Amino acid sequence: MEALIALSVGLLTACGIYLLLRGRTFPVVLGITLLSYAVNLFLFVMGRLSIGVPAILEPNRADYADPLPQALVLTAIVIGFGMTAFVVVLALRARADLGNDHVDGREP
Amino acid sequence: MTDLGNHVVIAPILVPLLTGTLLVLLRGSATPLRRTISMLGIQLLLAASLWLLLQVADGDLLVYQLGSWAAPYGIVLVADRLSAAMVMVTSVLALFAMMHAIQGSDRRGRQYHVLFQFLLMGLNGAFLTGDLFNLFVFFEILLIASYGMLLHGGGAARSKAGLHYVVVNLVGSSLFLFAVGTLYGVLGTLNMADLALRVAALPPEEVGLVRAAALLLFVVFALKAALVPLHLWLPGAYSAAGPASVALFAIMTKVGGYSILRVYSLIFGAEAGPLANLVEPWLLVLGLLTIVVGTIGVLASRNLALLVAHLVVISSGSILTAFGLGSQAALSAGLYYSFQSALVTAALFMLTENVARTRGAFADQLRAGPMLPAANLLGGLFLVLALAVAGVPPLSGFIGKVLIIQASLDTPAIAWIMAIVLSTSLLTLMALARAGSTLFFKTDTNAGAATLPNAANLVPVAAVAVISLLYVVFASPIYSYTEAAAAQLLSPADYIEAVLDGETLAGGETRLDSETTSDGMPPDSGGHD
Repeated sequence: MEALIALSVGLLTACGIYLLLRGRTFPVVLGITLLSYAVNLFLFVMGRLSIGVPAILEPNRADYADPLPQALVLTAIVIGFGMTAFVVVLALRARADLGNDHVDGREP
Repeated sequence: MTDLGNHVVIAPILVPLLTGTLLVLLRGSATPLRRTISMLGIQLLLAASLWLLLQVADGDLLVYQLGSWAAPYGIVLVADRLSAAMVMVTSVLALFAMMHAIQGSDRRGRQYHVLFQFLLMGLNGAFLTGDLFNLFVFFEILLIASYGMLLHGGGAARSKAGLHYVVVNLVGSSLFLFAVGTLYGVLGTLNMADLALRVAALPPEEVGLVRAAALLLFVVFALKAALVPLHLWLPGAYSAAGPASVALFAIMTKVGGYSILRVYSLIFGAEAGPLANLVEPWLLVLGLLTIVVGTIGVLASRNLALLVAHLVVISSGSILTAFGLGSQAALSAGLYYSFQSALVTAALFMLTENVARTRGAFADQLRAGPMLPAANLLGGLFLVLALAVAGVPPLSGFIGKVLIIQASLDTPAIAWIMAIVLSTSLLTLMALARAGSTLFFKTDTNAGAATLPNAANLVPVAAVAVISLLYVVFASPIYSYTEAAAAQLLSPADYIEAVLDGETLAGGETRLDSETTSDGMPPDSGGHD
């Protein structure tokens, strides 16, 4: 399970970085999105993987899921969502203002 | 301490938050009303910052537990000498930036005042928080507001610069989260004081992971502070941003510097065992490189806004060089320098806008243009600010640079620091002299007529020039304050004790209990193998 999650985070990050380095704004936006998925997954599993255990402390229970990373990842998702929306609008605005969708504002 | 006195720590965050919220509700109302509310909010913030500064000036550490949840579980705000001083500088800068903006440049976009207040909230929050994830949240708040402010006024150049700025900072935020996640995964806490304790007692097999997270965090802060080679976003963004916004941006690189100072003195400071003084050698080298690269940028700039943006890079490099030396004298010198450089570079940005407006189509390009009717006034202000930023006696930058060099006298790096700081000061001065003489003396008879500057627009610029002089007159009390702030930074034990033990409002929670409970947290719990 750990290996699968680690591979997923790695794959998402690698694809995110590749797309971030592209020249058009749309792949860049996708790259940011993939990177934020990777980081969300990463934050989430930082509380360790556990199956079928509650995220609260109970008497007579030895194992429980750490609720803090879940709270952190929720914050990160909200912020990431807002940022993605903003960067999409900004990319559209740049497309309108500059006349093309290249990140440098002109066709190479 | 009275109840009200206790709440002063959160006041610099609440005041802009409430002012900003009120302004959102009043978004359809008349501009004068919104300006008045925004200005009143800033004056209230100024009063709150002054109050906070007076409370911590005698060395008290104020710990504010949000919702009375005791650290390390609850989020705390901590005000020490350094954070109170940063909040104070931010408020003063905000006052001048707003004085400048309400002369008309705030009307180029609809939500200027709202964004301005939220940017202030993010800045103050970042300076006051004692929790690493909370620092991330306040970073995001100030960044979101700054994205809007950068685009204020619109136009193709701003869209392009804004796109670069936003993407770079989003990647920075992702790296921040990776670092925070790693630290939490290994250490099981995000409270800075608690992190410091746990890093000091780190088992050897986990040193590598924590070191990686710490260096990742350094990359993020270096990006915010515009340290070479992560400074490339700054000149483009700052020179494209409108004058109403960029005056406040001058403090944003200081947030990166502040975070480096806070995290690497508290968590990875001298007490951190195998990770002690983790980034100091990097800081010194990169700081000096930043100064050199910034100077090259200053020499190569073809318009005044770009030139001033490179001056911001230089000042960032100077501050981090001082922080990289690590001694109390050096930190103190760096802080002294950073307070004045934020104000002076902001004033130069505001002056740039005034010059650009009077020159018509020539704007702030460094080439012969129309004869300026107020060349003496504008040129005089430029002279004072340029001397202050380049570090020529008797202005504020001079004392800052002397203090930095003085602090490096006994270190092996003295030859490098002296050579680089002195030669770049000279080159900066030459570039500024060239820019000033082109703008104010060289005239092109075919260039048409220039207009008179608006006197009210020059008031904040002149005020900063006066402050720069006062900063020299009162150098001794200010320096003794920064020295005390540096001493406080270098004894993180007091900070840790104040956060984890001191003034526990909730009561009942002792340090021993929290040790055992958090050691029993999931990193050690079963179910994941």
